[in-house]
Amino acid sequence: MADLAIRNDPQVRPQLVQGGLSLHDVTEKVSSITEARTPRQWYIALAITGLGTAMLLGCLGWLVWNGIGIWGNNQPVGWAWDITNFVFWIGIGHAGTLISAILFLLRQKWRTSINRFAEAMTLFAVLCAGIYPLFHTGRPWRAAYWLLPVPNTALSVWPNFRSPLIWDVFAVSTYLTVSLLFWYVGLVPDLATLRDRAKSIFRARVFGILCLGWRGSARHWNHYEKAYMILAGLSTPLVLSVHSVVSFDFATSILPGWHTTIFPPYFVAGAIFSGFAMVVTLMVVARWIWGLENLVTMKHFENMNKVMLATGTIVGYAYATEFFIAWYSGNPYERFTFMNRAFGPYAWAYWTMVSCNVLSPQLFWFKKIRTSIPAMFVISIVINIGMWFERFVIIVTSLHRDYLPSSWGYFRPTIFDILTFAGTFFLFLFLFVLFTRFLPMIAVAEVKGMMAHEHMHDEVHAGAGAARVQEAH
Amino acid sequence: MHTNTPELRDKNIWGMVAEFERPRDLVEAGRRVHHEHGYKKLDALSPFPIHGIDAAIGVPRSMLGYVVFAMGILGCAGAALMIWFMNGADYPLVIGGKPLFAFEPSIPVMFEVTVLFAALTAFAGMFALNGLPRLYHPAFNYSRFGAATDDRYLLVVEAADPKFDIDETRRLLESLGARHVEVIEG
Repeated sequence: MADLAIRNDPQVRPQLVQGGLSLHDVTEKVSSITEARTPRQWYIALAITGLGTAMLLGCLGWLVWNGIGIWGNNQPVGWAWDITNFVFWIGIGHAGTLISAILFLLRQKWRTSINRFAEAMTLFAVLCAGIYPLFHTGRPWRAAYWLLPVPNTALSVWPNFRSPLIWDVFAVSTYLTVSLLFWYVGLVPDLATLRDRAKSIFRARVFGILCLGWRGSARHWNHYEKAYMILAGLSTPLVLSVHSVVSFDFATSILPGWHTTIFPPYFVAGAIFSGFAMVVTLMVVARWIWGLENLVTMKHFENMNKVMLATGTIVGYAYATEFFIAWYSGNPYERFTFMNRAFGPYAWAYWTMVSCNVLSPQLFWFKKIRTSIPAMFVISIVINIGMWFERFVIIVTSLHRDYLPSSWGYFRPTIFDILTFAGTFFLFLFLFVLFTRFLPMIAVAEVKGMMAHEHMHDEVHAGAGAARVQEAH
Repeated sequence: MHTNTPELRDKNIWGMVAEFERPRDLVEAGRRVHHEHGYKKLDALSPFPIHGIDAAIGVPRSMLGYVVFAMGILGCAGAALMIWFMNGADYPLVIGGKPLFAFEPSIPVMFEVTVLFAALTAFAGMFALNGLPRLYHPAFNYSRFGAATDDRYLLVVEAADPKFDIDETRRLLESLGARHVEVIEG
């Protein structure tokens, strides 16, 4: 394949849209997925994920009815799967914002094929994450009094703004809101495309309203590009702040294993690591189902795998640093906590984490593995398992044996822990099933803008006599 | 295809649309129409933002950034004021003998509220400056409007422009390489 030859020459960049697609082909390819007759498999997927979501609702209903005692958390492990799952899902979301905002500011053109999908993942993951702390309060409808600055007669007290848990509420709710706005702004031009392609008046009206009457005027684009740039500029520090604030929940406590300044950068790197793994897992499946090979190319996957290699290595480095500092601090409790993590009752979880997060991404040093769809699919799932275990190890191993040996314990999940966690996966996939049916899963306007820009760029180079670029295309 | 028959002249004409096949043809045509022929009430419709079109047809720089900046500052100050009022003044919370209000522990919330205000302003401000939502617009009357959200580039000359003349303007647009020129009723 000519494409492979190009990729092996580091001086020549492969085209981000392959198969010689025209701008119209891109519109057609992406829009037609939402316009075609609903396939039977879609209903099957909707039914399965819908049932799973119903199971989640059942678990949450039972929790509200019966109390949080149906989960396995108890003294000394007061935070267990709920907070593990919360941090896990929030972390997944981070790759979406990284792709949509940070790569935008860095002018990484390859982001255009995957940003819509990754942003949807962010939204759905943050929704799943929000369930856990909210239901961990046991009385979610009263949580507003404790968590939000609303005047009330139930407590007559305002929230304590010196608590990192309140910072967390502000960070996560801002993150959800801004991610939703960013996603919607990106969708508007594509919704207008769907409106204009609509065959039925109903469809035209629905998309006409959703796109707010967008008509692609130069005056619109002028403000639009400014707004997009601002939202990207705001999301970039926001995404770094969210996982930093999540890590403050731990770092501002005085528990050995939690009370450490490495947490914010370590959590952010881990979040991006796990998020990219989730994007790859989902994208491999979506690309296969809808035949998006020309839009989501091996170049995209290879770049994402490189990001995983880099962030996975940072995470491995952070594990080593934690251990070193525990020893170097001379603090016997810190030393004990880390020895206990690696060789105590939860050693199995610790070594699962290390092998999944530190060892498995190192395989991406090999180009053969980095560009193999089955290999990256398996590794991306292994990484997500590892990242779930990372949060479990941090939370549970620090809690189960603290200062007083008389109050040591061992956490075991209950069936409701397991079903609730499985339920959020079903909810996540349920939302994805709906998203891929009704909305364009690739940012059509952005891909077309990128293609047109690349094309003009090439013409300029060809005119200047730089034949190399043209040869590559 | 419309013709310049007397009946058409009597109708309420909103403007004229010229369709181009390449972005740079649109930019070039816009530049000529605006800078060389002095048309003012111009617009361009395209499936994605086109570099250089703003200067070509005289679209001023977006002032959204200033609005967002002001609202971000307001969010930041508002958050600080809120925290001081709630924990320091209205119901003083003494936690571990720490000051009732200090900036250090207030920074995360101040930052998040800044971002929240700024992002909401960028979102709402962008649509407000664009006059959206607006579900009807005369430009939609163009017979091939869908092309502008697919892969064609439209140049719009509004009838409100003092230089607008059905025959003159049509001739000009056709001479600039437009594939299709159409008079649009309002």
